[in-house]
Amino acid sequence: MKYLKEYRDPVLARKILDEIRRTVTRPWSIMEVCGGQTHSLVKNGIIDVLPSEITMIHGPGCPVCVTPIHLIDAAIDLAMRPNVILCSFGDMLRVPGSNQNLLEAKAQGADVRILYSPLEAVAIAKDNPTKEVVFFAVGFETTAPANALSLVHAKREGITNYSILASHVLVPPAIKAVINDPLSKIDGFLAAGHVCTIMGNGQYYPLASEYKVPIVVTGFEPIDVIQGILMVVKQLELGTHEVENQYSRIVREEGNKEAKAIIEQVFEVSDQVWRGIGEIPSSGYQIQDKFKAYDAVKKFGISVDAPEEKTECISGEIMKGLKKPSQCPHFGKKCTPENPLGAPMVSSEGACAAYYHFSGTSIPN
Amino acid sequence: MQLSCPTPKLDFDVVTLGHGSGGLLTHRLLNQGVFEILGDVLVNSEHDGACIVTEEKMAMSTDSFIVSPIFFPGGSIGDLAVNGTVNDVAMCGAKPLYLTLSLIIEEGLAVSELWKIVDDIAIACRKAGVKIVTGDTKVVDRGSGDKIFINTTGVGSYLPKAKISPSRVSKGDAIILTDSIANHGMAIMSKREGLAFESEIKSDSRALNHSVESLINAFEDQIHLVTDPTRGGVATVLNEIASKTNLGVELTHEKVPVEDQVAGACELLGLDPLYVANEGVYLIFCPDQLAEEVQENLKALGHRPAMIGKMVEEHLKQVIMDTPMGGKRVISMLPGSQLPRIC
Repeated sequence: MKYLKEYRDPVLARKILDEIRRTVTRPWSIMEVCGGQTHSLVKNGIIDVLPSEITMIHGPGCPVCVTPIHLIDAAIDLAMRPNVILCSFGDMLRVPGSNQNLLEAKAQGADVRILYSPLEAVAIAKDNPTKEVVFFAVGFETTAPANALSLVHAKREGITNYSILASHVLVPPAIKAVINDPLSKIDGFLAAGHVCTIMGNGQYYPLASEYKVPIVVTGFEPIDVIQGILMVVKQLELGTHEVENQYSRIVREEGNKEAKAIIEQVFEVSDQVWRGIGEIPSSGYQIQDKFKAYDAVKKFGISVDAPEEKTECISGEIMKGLKKPSQCPHFGKKCTPENPLGAPMVSSEGACAAYYHFSGTSIPN
Repeated sequence: MQLSCPTPKLDFDVVTLGHGSGGLLTHRLLNQGVFEILGDVLVNSEHDGACIVTEEKMAMSTDSFIVSPIFFPGGSIGDLAVNGTVNDVAMCGAKPLYLTLSLIIEEGLAVSELWKIVDDIAIACRKAGVKIVTGDTKVVDRGSGDKIFINTTGVGSYLPKAKISPSRVSKGDAIILTDSIANHGMAIMSKREGLAFESEIKSDSRALNHSVESLINAFEDQIHLVTDPTRGGVATVLNEIASKTNLGVELTHEKVPVEDQVAGACELLGLDPLYVANEGVYLIFCPDQLAEEVQENLKALGHRPAMIGKMVEEHLKQVIMDTPMGGKRVISMLPGSQLPRIC
């Protein structure tokens, strides 16, 4: 298929892999920030064919995995109310809250609907004027413009029975938090291509120069990921720390101006709790006051204090690259996709689920 | 709406609870509606059940159909209910002969939709060469169903030359797929999610019994197993086979046929075609040296087959796929249904 086959070409993949092998002279740890890249690495078996000097570390870029548990509980609580239709992206439904997940709430009678776009939720609100429609607006900078647009659209249409439960996280502060962790030993980063499609590359220059790490904005197809790794390795071997753009067919230096404008119109940067990691300063978006009528937290009086989570899940260590999924004592035993102890085992973008599904539990990682 | 027979003229537009009461309304719905449309497909014993006299070894299978939407590109719940059970019986190595037909109708279903479904059932039965010998109709309160649920049970006589069983699948067996995958699931999904694709994806729903019968007549007991990867797709069926046989399955990604528009729809929705449902393809396990000949035979039957892998003695009970990048990927069972990804 056009625009896919070119980026899955095995002959080209082998050429790039050969070049990585010729270039690398010593061990390097590279973090792919985005869960989509983790998915691609594991699903395509790329980890098997990388030279042993390269260790891929799976970053915190799975929005499902880092959505704080109190917001999942809040979504379930809202969904169980008889006058609420709760709309969500599909893979949020299996993420465990404190007592249950949204799929279980649905089985108990909650009206939970899987959507692909928040604009569909606005349409549902219009069609159901006696119901409150809440969209569980989860994601990185990538999904923020569409979520913001849904509020602008609802306001323009005079739709008052629509709101979003927002849990937006931002990539650059997370990279900073990972580098600042004293235990972290990451030499270079593959930055998340789709986030940069929206935001551009500007935020990465200060990170690369301050922390002296190469950052390569990378796509998600196998060729993208392999080429991104090659670009990082070349920089590491040369001792440079530039921001480079592997995903130039999609990512523009300045990002998408219209998308950024609509984010700025609706959201403002705030501190954000990341599940498994904790609070990271200025790492999320909250809804500005002028749109507070569409903020489910304010509309329904939801508590935003995140309780301390008691869990056997080591998702924080995994997302900071301190441990691999297979190093968790519960991986594939007490914790499986059917019975996840934590969110990284749920979404296919979660590092644990990606390893479980594509590498199995019996193949040493 | 064009039916293959004249539309029955009855003085009601929707099915009501009374149509399931067993009284006059039920009789009119059946005698002047359902039975009329089924026509020659129905062997009406005019009694409580069918009487089948046989000394042959018989195969039997049952399935319930709850698909939403009830009409979709390439088919409807009606032909699906026939083809699904016919195929299950065929995969036993049997020739499907008779079906039971149970309709559970939600109050309020438009009679015109019911007639269309029954017509699709009749057409599918004719194509598959099976007769309906007994059935049942119930009507449930509005909100207690989803328009219509159908259960069919099929019986068939074993093909004398067939020797089909998972236990016969052996090390080195070729795994042949008759056609490209994921069409049915994506046809349903594209309607269910309210998404419009430029080219419409059609369900592959069809009866496979004639194809299976030809294959078994040609290759007899050399066909170790035939199985249709319906719900859960090719990945789930292969995992079941690996588990039952205590062998490993080796798959080659590039050999698994997926049509371009289906692959594109899967990419857009974040789904893996290996796990998407099919209703008109089947897998054949046979000795490796027969693989070419079996595929030629399938081509002559109108299929577009591909040898997608083989049974191996390594990685027991696991399905491992070679990726185009030169790596390997485990194809595991899914814990539940595939959930679309966020981004």
